[in-house]
Amino acid sequence: MSEALTFHYVVDGQDFTSAGHASVMVKKNLRQLGLPPEKIRQVSIAMYEGEINMVIHAGGGVADVSVTEDYVEIVLTDKGPGIKDIEQAMQEGFSTATDNIRSLGFGAGMGLPNMKRYSDFMEINSVVGEGTTITMRVNIN
Amino acid sequence: MTVRDLLTSEKFSAISLPDESREIKNVYIGDLLSWVMGRAKADDAWITIMSNVNILAVASLADTSCIILAEGVTVDETIKATAMDKEINILTTNMNIYETAIYLNGLL
Ligand SMILES: Nc1ncnc2c1ncn2[C@@H]1O[C@H](COP(=O)(O)OP(=O)(O)O)[C@@H](O)[C@H]1O
Ligand SMILES: [Mg+2]
Repeated sequence: MSEALTFHYVVDGQDFTSAGHASVMVKKNLRQLGLPPEKIRQVSIAMYEGEINMVIHAGGGVADVSVTEDYVEIVLTDKGPGIKDIEQAMQEGFSTATDNIRSLGFGAGMGLPNMKRYSDFMEINSVVGEGTTITMRVNIN
Repeated sequence: MTVRDLLTSEKFSAISLPDESREIKNVYIGDLLSWVMGRAKADDAWITIMSNVNILAVASLADTSCIILAEGVTVDETIKATAMDKEINILTTNMNIYETAIYLNGLL
């Protein structure tokens, strides 16, 4: 595998019922590629949390996943409201989710911390009023 | 123990059972999806009272062996169909979460 294998997904911001779909697809693809289960799990958790955040906080977005010899890279891009205080958002338990969203089981404020914990590299670029791009990498070697 | 073994007791009934030979190695309990996602282990039986469609993606990605809905909670037909399609085992029990956990502990 010399060239990166890439996958592109549009994440629907209106449809809570299909939230997580892109992550489930990625998991399937990584399984077919024969990646170690623990690595697949890391990617699945990190990507799912990022995907859900785009749905519940940003009205949707796009996910680009590339697989190289050395890592799986997940880039999540949205045109949502942006994150005002990233340090605060990264804290366990911090959430701006509404009661309605919490009643679905989301909004525990554990998403960004999970993303950090399960990825080997994570970078957040966010501009208030413009959107957020999050890049995560899980090393596979 | 497999998911099938649980069903030999009249305490559990199947809502969707696409993969009844799945091994249950341990148990995780929780309703907040990010906690389950981050803390449940592969092959755990996941006990919850959450019954919306989002539990399916979580079970699939966390690779739990089955979802056990406690307190007699059940799901609607669309979720049932999606669970079959995504190969997610779902059981229901009238026991509460504590009783379910104790019961499973006796079998593990
Ligand atoms: N893509 C995003 N766009 C805008 N805000 C976000 C985004 N992702 C996260 N946030 C903000 O960061 C907070 C913490 O995120 P997270 O740890 O995933 O917790 P939760 O999603 O449960 O609220 C969110 O409540 C939200 O305010
Ligand atoms: Mg989140």
